[in-house]
Amino acid sequence: MQLSDERLHAFLCRVQKPARYVGREWNSVTKDWETAAVKLALCYPETYEIGMSNLGLAILYDLVNQRPEFLAERAYAPWVDMETVLRAEHLPLFSLETRHPLREFDILGFSLQHELNYTNVLNMLDLAGIPLLACERTAQDPLIIAGGSCTYNPEPLADFFDLFVIGEGEDVLLELLEAVQEWRDDRGPRATRGRQELSLRLANIKGVYVPSLYQVHYNPDGMIAAIEPTTEGIPSRVRKRIVPILGPVPKRPIVPALQVVHDRGNVEIQRGCSRGCRFCQAGMIYRPIRERPVAETLRAIDDLLACTGYSEVALVSLSSSDHPGIGEIISQALARHAEDGLAISLPSLRIDSFSVHLAEMIQSARKTGLTFAPEAGSQRLRDVINKGVTEEDLLRTTQAAFASGWNRIKLYFMLDLPTESDEDILEIARLIREIRAQGRALRDRAVNIGVSVATFVPKPHTPFQWTGLASREVVERRQGLLREQTRLRGVELGWSDWETTWLEAILSRGDRRLGPVIYRAWCAGARFDAWSEHFRPDLWRGALAAEGLDPGFYAHRERGEDELFPWEHIDAGVARRFLWREYRRACEGELSPDCHAGCHDCGILTTLAEERTGVGKGAWGCP
Amino acid sequence: MTMLGEGVQRLRVTFGVDGPLRYISVLDMGRLWERLLRRAGVPLAYTQGFNPHPRLQFASALPVGYSSECELLDLWLAERMESAEFAARASDQAPQGLTILQVEEVPLRAPAPQALVHAAHYRVRLWTEAPRAEVERALGQLLAQPSIVRQRQKKGHLADYDLRPLIQEIRYVSSAGGCHELYMILRAGAEGSGRPEEVLNALGLQGTQYTIRRVRLIWGGNKEALS
Repeated sequence: MQLSDERLHAFLCRVQKPARYVGREWNSVTKDWETAAVKLALCYPETYEIGMSNLGLAILYDLVNQRPEFLAERAYAPWVDMETVLRAEHLPLFSLETRHPLREFDILGFSLQHELNYTNVLNMLDLAGIPLLACERTAQDPLIIAGGSCTYNPEPLADFFDLFVIGEGEDVLLELLEAVQEWRDDRGPRATRGRQELSLRLANIKGVYVPSLYQVHYNPDGMIAAIEPTTEGIPSRVRKRIVPILGPVPKRPIVPALQVVHDRGNVEIQRGCSRGCRFCQAGMIYRPIRERPVAETLRAIDDLLACTGYSEVALVSLSSSDHPGIGEIISQALARHAEDGLAISLPSLRIDSFSVHLAEMIQSARKTGLTFAPEAGSQRLRDVINKGVTEEDLLRTTQAAFASGWNRIKLYFMLDLPTESDEDILEIARLIREIRAQGRALRDRAVNIGVSVATFVPKPHTPFQWTGLASREVVERRQGLLREQTRLRGVELGWSDWETTWLEAILSRGDRRLGPVIYRAWCAGARFDAWSEHFRPDLWRGALAAEGLDPGFYAHRERGEDELFPWEHIDAGVARRFLWREYRRACEGELSPDCHAGCHDCGILTTLAEERTGVGKGAWGCP
Repeated sequence: MTMLGEGVQRLRVTFGVDGPLRYISVLDMGRLWERLLRRAGVPLAYTQGFNPHPRLQFASALPVGYSSECELLDLWLAERMESAEFAARASDQAPQGLTILQVEEVPLRAPAPQALVHAAHYRVRLWTEAPRAEVERALGQLLAQPSIVRQRQKKGHLADYDLRPLIQEIRYVSSAGGCHELYMILRAGAEGSGRPEEVLNALGLQGTQYTIRRVRLIWGGNKEALS
């Protein structure tokens, strides 16, 4: 049953930012509910403002709704005030477009981008009146699925999801919807039996991982002995999906009426990254590199501006200045839209003077701030992480930025990178002081240096997946050391809170035994764990203790070369032997140059060879 | 970009706000209009400076949650455009909840509408268990008070203010099926604006739900509407 305007209005008078819950934005798609063969609710387990800034969901919303027989709507995590209203009024969580309760959809597809959103997933299911555990759901309940970067280690959520999509969702989501439609055509709508059979059928789609069809065996020491399919015909490893050629940019993206985090148009210009930074999960899991041609990009920008009215477009990629045609894209787009004052933003710039040149092109009038990520303070440590940036590169770049008129520079560093010592921290402080002096010489006292120091969390499918997080004492002492050394006018230092890092480290490389922990934490009241005002680490400590699990086992333990990881059966296309080799090279401080300089045999060329054949011109290939 | 701070033509748009757009702030409404006009290809005049933006002026911010049939927006164009053409193009690009009711040209240097607004009319629908007689009695008592001290957020803290002088008139209009309709004329502008939900709270009725619709803005040019 749909929720009426009048009824909703009465509830919305009691919450902050009620526009989060009403939909009907420009370019949103409201399809006929009755005639849609398969109904999908795209769910983001964070607020509307954060979820609406996610490009992946915008792409899938557009793709699914282009198919006449399918329908895709949206739902976000209701903020705590709205949760109170929903529970008090016994109102089930509903979609934005037609305001149908989520449990009336055929499929709920969650985007998992951050471990600290996990309790919001449980909360959304509960608010929707859907059993949280996959094994307790019946054929009357929607299929609960997920995609996104967190599904490269889906194990902590294995109990709650019917299936995970590994890799890029564009093709596989449509295949899934088709398979569900077919199954229903065979069985009648919402057949009361056969959920098991449906799972089996869907598990045969490439890139689909059905956790209930796998069993994990543990050793007495708690480490994993084996992960194996329980049913014949199920692949022992699930390989990620990719699109060999980047699909079209969404033609008519939704223009939110409420200001969202990234309140602008997005054009993805490149997927994947050739730099091989060893800490970076995105750089490993989004391989191979695929570029959008210049002409197509320019057309996409034109179309986007015409149908949204945005005045700002972000050229999205993991390293925007690496696109071979980036200069041409920027100059042509600016020339074509000079009349209407187009602003271009580049979310990620590498550290070189070319980047400063690009920044100058896009900010001829405004010099708001320029962001660079040296990641580590010492050359030794930058080599460990394979950042491929020298101090000279950095100083030349900041010099160029100050010389071009920028007063504000933002620098990203990481703390607790593998092999880090106090000296590396002192080097961060020295760099900051040097850059500050540079700026003061050129720009006087107006210089402002924002420094953000995030504590590094080792991620699956990266060369650092074997390393442990340092103890709280070490991390906080080094944070203090850095604070002491950078107490300077015009320097603003920000750092990550220990408890948040700790939980992210546990969940990132956790196994199935964490399912009950997440469940307990949620039952005790955990939600919006990424928000400091709501985060309750005590609930998590209690949940871990109640399950008899040692947080250190997950967060701090250095793993052995041959240890089986909880994500061993998830194949990101990058070989484990490559990651280990990179880890060893890291410990030796040896650089592995950009893929453009030579192949490091990461495995992607062979594992995804099939995706290259028959595609023809424009298909991906390594540099 | 047309860097004409002044513009060559000024249009005054009367528009209605309903449905989903009741829930956005005036800042969001400004962004929404800017995008709408860019989609419509209207030749907007931009302010000069480091961060050029189109010149848009609302007469009075519509509080979040209210619907309206009388919002006023002044905007400046870099090239002349017929009012009817503007209305047609803008209507094509208007999201659900926004209705363009009237477009008229005003002199470039006419005073800003927000400086002239001094009152607003509201139609308030109130759902409460209280019978009509009780609502009317509460209204009568409220209006009989010489002052009604209430609190509101001011620069981050609560401050006392007197609601009574902000009330020009309140009429009980009708009742049907537990819904009472009231018509309120409240002061608006720099010296303070009365808010209908403040009046409702001051009435002290239990368990009420309501909708508020702004139906008329009274400003310099149309004082006659005060009747």
